[in-house]
Amino acid sequence: MTKVSMTVNGRSMSGDIEGRTLLVDFLRQGLGLTGTHVGCDTSQCGACVVHVDGKAVKSCTVFAADVAGAEVTTIEGMGNPDGSLGVIQQAFQDHHGLQCGFCTPGMVMSAAALLAENPKPTEAEIRHYLEGNICRCTGYHNIVKAIMAASGQDVSAVAAE
Amino acid sequence: MPKDHGIGASSKRREDVRFLSGRGRYTDDMNLARQAYAVFLRAQVAHAKINKIDTTDAAAMPGVIRVFTAQDFSGVGGLPCGWQVTDRHGNAMLEPKHPILAEGKIRYVGEALAMIVAETEAQARDAAEAIVMDVEDLPAVVDMKAAAAGGTLVHDDIGSNLCYDWGFVEDNKAAVDEAFARADHVTTLELVNNRLAPNPMEPRVAIGDYDFSTDQHTLYTTSQNPHVIRLLMGAFVLGIPEHKLRVVAPDVGGGFGSKIFHYAEEAAVTFAAKELRRPVKWTSTRSEAFITDAHGRDHVTKIELALDKDGHFQAIRTETFANMGAYLSTFAPSVPTWLHGTLMAGNYKTPLIYVNVKAVFTNTVPVDAYRGAGRPEATFQLERVIDKAAREMGMDPVELRRKNFVQPDEFPYQTPVAVVYDTGNYQATMDKLLDIADVAGFEARRAESAEAGKLRGLGLNCYIEACGIAPSNLVGQLGARAGLYESATVRVNATGGIVVMTGSHSHGQGHETTFAQVIADMIGIAENQVEIVHGDTANTPMGMGTYGSRSLAVGGSAMVRAANKVINKAKKIAAHLLEASEADIELKDGAFSVAGTDKSVDWGSVCLAAYVPHNYPLEDLEPGLEETAFYDPSNFTYPAGAYACEVEVDPETGKVTICAFAAADDFGNVVNPMIVEGQVHGGLAQGIGQALLEGVSYDENGQLLSGSYMDYAMPRADDVPSYVVDHSCQTPCTHNPLGVKGCGEAGAIGSPPAVVNAVIDALHRGGITHVTHIDMPLTPGRVWSAIQG
Repeated sequence: MTKVSMTVNGRSMSGDIEGRTLLVDFLRQGLGLTGTHVGCDTSQCGACVVHVDGKAVKSCTVFAADVAGAEVTTIEGMGNPDGSLGVIQQAFQDHHGLQCGFCTPGMVMSAAALLAENPKPTEAEIRHYLEGNICRCTGYHNIVKAIMAASGQDVSAVAAE
Repeated sequence: MPKDHGIGASSKRREDVRFLSGRGRYTDDMNLARQAYAVFLRAQVAHAKINKIDTTDAAAMPGVIRVFTAQDFSGVGGLPCGWQVTDRHGNAMLEPKHPILAEGKIRYVGEALAMIVAETEAQARDAAEAIVMDVEDLPAVVDMKAAAAGGTLVHDDIGSNLCYDWGFVEDNKAAVDEAFARADHVTTLELVNNRLAPNPMEPRVAIGDYDFSTDQHTLYTTSQNPHVIRLLMGAFVLGIPEHKLRVVAPDVGGGFGSKIFHYAEEAAVTFAAKELRRPVKWTSTRSEAFITDAHGRDHVTKIELALDKDGHFQAIRTETFANMGAYLSTFAPSVPTWLHGTLMAGNYKTPLIYVNVKAVFTNTVPVDAYRGAGRPEATFQLERVIDKAAREMGMDPVELRRKNFVQPDEFPYQTPVAVVYDTGNYQATMDKLLDIADVAGFEARRAESAEAGKLRGLGLNCYIEACGIAPSNLVGQLGARAGLYESATVRVNATGGIVVMTGSHSHGQGHETTFAQVIADMIGIAENQVEIVHGDTANTPMGMGTYGSRSLAVGGSAMVRAANKVINKAKKIAAHLLEASEADIELKDGAFSVAGTDKSVDWGSVCLAAYVPHNYPLEDLEPGLEETAFYDPSNFTYPAGAYACEVEVDPETGKVTICAFAAADDFGNVVNPMIVEGQVHGGLAQGIGQALLEGVSYDENGQLLSGSYMDYAMPRADDVPSYVVDHSCQTPCTHNPLGVKGCGEAGAIGSPPAVVNAVIDALHRGGITHVTHIDMPLTPGRVWSAIQG
């Protein structure tokens, strides 16, 4: 066991880990931040996406020890300071961008990373960026719409019903 | 103006706040004090005789608490099958034992052989690798037709791989054959309905707990129907009466049918928790899910359609081989039979239908209900053969369908396959579809694609679904070993807030929002005055859970009944408070008033009087305001619609791109349009996935070739288009109080034939007329090969 420290959602956190402990396991079991999910074991589904030093990372594919000292943001850190939903989260609710909610944390984290890189993405750019996030419930339509809305763009033309 | 609350409003989902902020409570998020971890050793070959399982080394590994093998479960029952099909000769289906851990033989890759319980999951996993297996490989039975023909048996003790040979309607067989003999035209199509892995994004999890001081067992599990699991596991497997067994299915990350069934791991951890006097947790990996969660579909079918010279359908005859896998999963036998044969009339008036289904055992994962369950298989073959017939007879595929529709004035309509459609308007949904899909503009789009060297095609089809399978006495005659009612308790609190406890279960459908909308509407109070509780057998009435698009039609109806009982009692209380006759009391906007007067009392005051009964007719009425109702529907509901898909095929590569998809559905009344549209979107993606991408693949030795997301192609965001959906054609259900029909499976049922019809259409318009069918999934390789001939 070794001790690892990192900043998670703005707070200094530390814990004892094995060398093989994955970041997702440290977050879920070590820190009790169960919003980050595990949906596969081949780094494909994206339910475990978090931000490490501002970059979207699949936390099932990173050792906790490798991100010692980093700034980590999880879904629990995406709300407003008053506890209300952040812009992207609120757009997901407004546009019904989630159903069972299991892929949702990873979707929101990927969406945030996309909008940080590309503040006004096209529908095609959103769909392409989400290749690493699988959702089985929504058929992606409303996820795309939510991200478009979160970017401040008109959604009616893109995802008309 | 769209409504802003109550029935018909697109109320935002209240459950979203917890899911979006990382505060959902899924089973794997739970950890109990002193919890141990279970890992299963799973079969790596499909068929083998087990000589010995040596656990000595494993048991001595660090952290290992105990290793369980089949012998440890010798005192408990096998996993029960919930539906007994009777074959065409009047005999019961063959029903082999389905043990918790393999007994004597391995029957599929993934079958659980031993359970290791250790202090940590990693220790249990390490120990699993130290178990020494002595097995003798046997030839694997993978191909269904070969399995049915005999040879190697999956189950030696039952003497055959043929579970049943079912005929429906058997008495019609001779008349169907005669109709074919005199038909002007017969179209024949042989097709495969590809095997799918359901893949809810949350893998299964089970935590067993036991309190020895009270002899109470608790199972936390990823289930669509906790009461069903409690009954099946308690009564048939472990011998625990319901009052000593609580089953909790908290937030569940999708199901699509695969979390209906009672799985071995649930019984194993519940059993182990008592043995070890410690909570025992098992979390499936995705790789494990591919080899343990029940698969779906997997039919091989020959369908024939007989028509007269004008294109009127005369008869349908089908022969289907349906894969059961190695054991009968909970509802497996019902899927290719009663959920499939009864849908073969589709939206059409075909006077004579005969469906033959041979269900076979193979050395593969058990197959059971997956989104649509039997209905997609029926719809696919029917809508494909109609398209083929139209092409063969030189008719317009839309006109051929319209000509054969059950017409709007012909409801209720008795089909030749037992079911009676209550309402529908298939012409209206087709009209709507042609409009929203801009079929008139197709030719211009096709020309544009052609300029880019692409073949553009348009595929249309209809579908009908049967939701909310019922009534119980009928399904009992058909072999169901369960009732199919639903339940609800409506508990009004003293200050007027309401808690509804439903036997339905939400795992993405949004019951917490929609059920509250219904109650708020009935009483005329704010939606946030109503809370919905589900998923825990300890605080919900016995209910059958959520599958088959039944929640609102059956569970919602139970809730409406319970709410009406509450309202009726509240009216009596209001009448007393207002010193008026009960018959004159009206409830509107959250207040009871005396008709024709300005006397009224608000909802909260009546509730308070019920619980603080100082001014109250105690001699006539009990205090309190809480009612329970059970609802057993008199018929299925029959959502229906018409779907259109536009594709581009690249003739150089065979790659198919979905350019547009439109869906016009009739779901009857709609409580929350936003949620209904979301359900359709999700179904469409799963249907498009089946048509273009997904397919469980086994080699001839029974090894699973598509065992991870690296090789099982799930639909991703850039595989699917934005959808155009419409549900404005509404013919309300006539036999449930909300007039609702169910919307959960429609998208997955209606979309695969639209995609395939579109690809075939594209090829024909492009002059590639030798291709009449391509089996799903329509991968570039398959399409390219078909083009090459």
